[in-house]
Amino acid sequence: MRYDYGLAGLGAEQTRFERIMKRIHIDIPLFAGLITLSGVALVILYSASAQSFDVLLRQGLRLLLAMSVMLAIAQIHPRHFRFYSPMLYGVGVLLLAAVLVMGEIGKGAQRWLDLGVLRFQPSEILKLAVPMTVAWYLSECPVPPAFRHIAVAGVFIAIPVGLIAKQPDLGTAILVGAAGAVVVFLAGIRWLYLLLLGGVGAGLLPVVWHFLHDYQRDRVLMFLSPEADALGRGYHIIQSKIAIGSGGFYGKGWLQGSQAQLEFLPEKSTDFIFAVVAEEFGLIGCLGLLAIYLFIIGRCIHISIQAQDAYTRLLSGALTLTFFVYVFVNTGMVVGILPVVGVPLPLVSYGGTSMVTLLAGFGILMSIQTHRKLLPG
Amino acid sequence: MSVRAVRRLQNDVRVFQARIAFSVVLLLLAVAALVARLVYLQIVGHEHYAMLSQDNRVKIAPLPPTRGIVYDRNGEVLADNVPSYSLELVPERIDDLDATLAELQTLLGLSDEDIRRFRKLQSQHKSFESIPLKMRLEEEQIARFAVKQPFFPGVQINVRMIRTYPYGELTAHAVGYVSRISEADLKMLDPSLYSGTYHIGKSGIEKTYETLLHGKTGHQELETNVQGRSIGVLNTVPPVPGADLRLSLDITLQQAAIDGLGEYNGAVVAMEPATGRVLAFVSKPSFDPNPFVYGIPKADYDRLQSSPDRPLYNRALRGVYPPGSTVKPFEGLAGLEVGDLQADRKVSCPGYFQLPNSSHQYRDWRKGGHGAVDLKSAITQSCDVYFYKLALSLGIDKLSEFMGRFGFGKRTGIDIPGELPGVYPSKEWKKKHSKYPWFPGETVITGIGQGYVGVTPVQLARATAILANRGRVVIPRLLDAAQGEAGAAPEEAVGDNLAIAPEHWDTVIQAMIDVVHSARGTAKSIAAGLSYHVAGKTGTAQVFSVGQGQKYRESEVSKEMRDHALFIAFAPAEQPRIAVAVLAEHGGHGGSVAAPVARAVMERYLNGRAP
Repeated sequence: MRYDYGLAGLGAEQTRFERIMKRIHIDIPLFAGLITLSGVALVILYSASAQSFDVLLRQGLRLLLAMSVMLAIAQIHPRHFRFYSPMLYGVGVLLLAAVLVMGEIGKGAQRWLDLGVLRFQPSEILKLAVPMTVAWYLSECPVPPAFRHIAVAGVFIAIPVGLIAKQPDLGTAILVGAAGAVVVFLAGIRWLYLLLLGGVGAGLLPVVWHFLHDYQRDRVLMFLSPEADALGRGYHIIQSKIAIGSGGFYGKGWLQGSQAQLEFLPEKSTDFIFAVVAEEFGLIGCLGLLAIYLFIIGRCIHISIQAQDAYTRLLSGALTLTFFVYVFVNTGMVVGILPVVGVPLPLVSYGGTSMVTLLAGFGILMSIQTHRKLLPG
Repeated sequence: MSVRAVRRLQNDVRVFQARIAFSVVLLLLAVAALVARLVYLQIVGHEHYAMLSQDNRVKIAPLPPTRGIVYDRNGEVLADNVPSYSLELVPERIDDLDATLAELQTLLGLSDEDIRRFRKLQSQHKSFESIPLKMRLEEEQIARFAVKQPFFPGVQINVRMIRTYPYGELTAHAVGYVSRISEADLKMLDPSLYSGTYHIGKSGIEKTYETLLHGKTGHQELETNVQGRSIGVLNTVPPVPGADLRLSLDITLQQAAIDGLGEYNGAVVAMEPATGRVLAFVSKPSFDPNPFVYGIPKADYDRLQSSPDRPLYNRALRGVYPPGSTVKPFEGLAGLEVGDLQADRKVSCPGYFQLPNSSHQYRDWRKGGHGAVDLKSAITQSCDVYFYKLALSLGIDKLSEFMGRFGFGKRTGIDIPGELPGVYPSKEWKKKHSKYPWFPGETVITGIGQGYVGVTPVQLARATAILANRGRVVIPRLLDAAQGEAGAAPEEAVGDNLAIAPEHWDTVIQAMIDVVHSARGTAKSIAAGLSYHVAGKTGTAQVFSVGQGQKYRESEVSKEMRDHALFIAFAPAEQPRIAVAVLAEHGGHGGSVAAPVARAVMERYLNGRAP
């Protein structure tokens, strides 16, 4: 079995290019996929933002920053990630606790930590730190992990999830929880345990329901019957459906979407940007965009299958699947097969909060891919 | 690597790859669902949606619910809705909003304030909603606009139901009022629940039961043409009207209380002891809540705010006053129950009390003293020295703990927002609030309800009701019943029973009956003509202290410095149906000013007649 660095079929001899690539630790197929996606995203955003260069420029700068972070992270050897996983986790949890305390004092705005110049959400750190830490822990356990190992992993997941849910930021809490759960799944948890956990989870639903805020309950109920909230979230769904449906097979053309351009579609440059794609580029455009996502995900799965030790296997697999969950939750919400939760379309929606985290994750994947020791074929 | 290690490694990889394969299957299923949905919308539904999108647009028009009516216990309407004509604009349908506003301003003589208010509302609402520019249009304004209506597309006169309070001042502090939704409200509200609603409960019952009263907003999905004109209704979800509320309040008791207070400011709270239902809730002076509904002019509001009588201030709920001697019956119980007090033990009252090793004299209200008094006569005649000694022998912490059982220093949990807890001090309390330790002298004056002690009238009424119940704790509540689809009234909350020996209740309640019905009672003036027994206790609360060796002469003291008059009572004493607390600010003696107010309210309630 021979390994390549993304340039297949160049034979046994490393070319000069290959040697450079090896040194700068970039996974070319993944990078190409991300660049394509970003380019397409800017084109869509230009239309969705009512042709605002300002929005385009700001998003471009964010992308540039996030890409730099990604490439920087790709240079770090995976053993460092592994070593620092629990520390990153500890810092993240402490910051979450700090946010809660400061939020109490400030009465409101609990999600943000103000560092003077920079405001950021500590929950973003946990999107990476939770899968990293659970992978760090479970990679040391036998396969399949014993019940107590799963219990410990569960505690690792539950602490930040609880803190984030308390902010309250239910959407992020679920995503962070999912990232941790995916690691447990990939680590080979017995199907029996999985079924048991699923059963307990279902049994706990009424309890969770009890603790939800009224508006959160409304949101869930609203998904069950969107017409009941036609003035709020339901309005988005109705308008989004019209935008998507009127797009048809070929779409109305770039900048030609009447729903999008005439301001009928709310949040069209953020959470509902997929509806703009559907209206202006039609089914073809949607499938094309999905294809780009699937290419990226496919490459990442490839990386995780090739990963050489338990830690990198689990981490890369988890990052990949979580990324897919992001994509699916957003598109599913826009087309109306999932409840409306505030999740942006990764790398396409306007806004930069999650972009750095997302691309940092891809940086980790690149590092895992490019730091493998070459085993003799 | 050993063979075993290699095997294990192979096993790990195999498990991982199986899991990845399983995930990929799930992933592909999810993508398939997504694609199927897209095909359904974009191929199957394309024509339908294309029509909605290109030739017509779907607009959503909110249908605001009507607000629930508030009644008193006899069905008198305390808060009603009346139709009012308002001039409204739908910004989306107006080409040049600035020009239109300017024209309307000159045509109808609108103030700049009206325009400013509209601008604010506009920023808070979606552009397809109808936003009021001027509420409560006059006949002439309606006529003038009607003529020119065709020149103002997107502007129309609508009928809206506007809140009105027929009893005005009489109910303002209990029922509260609604007012325009403010910036701060918007942060708390779910905007979609309040589309098309422009008022929200700001105080009193209107605020507590906002969700019940408001109901649920409905909407219409309107099919409109390119000009924005509605050409058909696709779908209607009717609004759910707000629930009508029946309060336990009796408007005739409110009136009796206000009349009884006469020239004095103050508060009266009357309750049904058995249930905690509030029969009267008066804070005087009051204000007319009606202007608040439309938006009270700033000058009027400033006048209310800066008035020295503070009419906006809810004395019944937030007024913290020294309770004076009204605490004596409760302290008597404390002595009997947690101290070693014998009810018939006599204590001598020379007219003053001194702590050992101190020259300071704590005076009795009667200069010559009461002589030898037992617990009953000490309550009946309101002997101060007896209670100085009692408080001192119990100690502040025991006293504080016991009084806490009657709710002193705690919120009652009445269903009107903004209640203050008052204070009943303890050593720990003082530690938190002062750098000095607790002094014995402070225990002494706490014994007559002075010093740090502060109670709200509603708190005092509740404590009286607990006394009337012989220990059953109730939570005061104004809401009796809610009727309507919007929801039912919340369950009644009744607390536990205080465990106190029956003979101790007998002693104290008999003493309170004597306060009214015996020759030496401090409230004997109200006994004449009563057809039932009243158990009461007077209180006179010092607003400022008289210096040592000086005499307090009412005539020499300016009105603002005069003592507060208090009275608590329940009746009939044997089977209490009403408990009352009265506070008359600067009314002087509890017996002469506050007690007649309580009598008026009780007579009205028990005999149904004006006193």
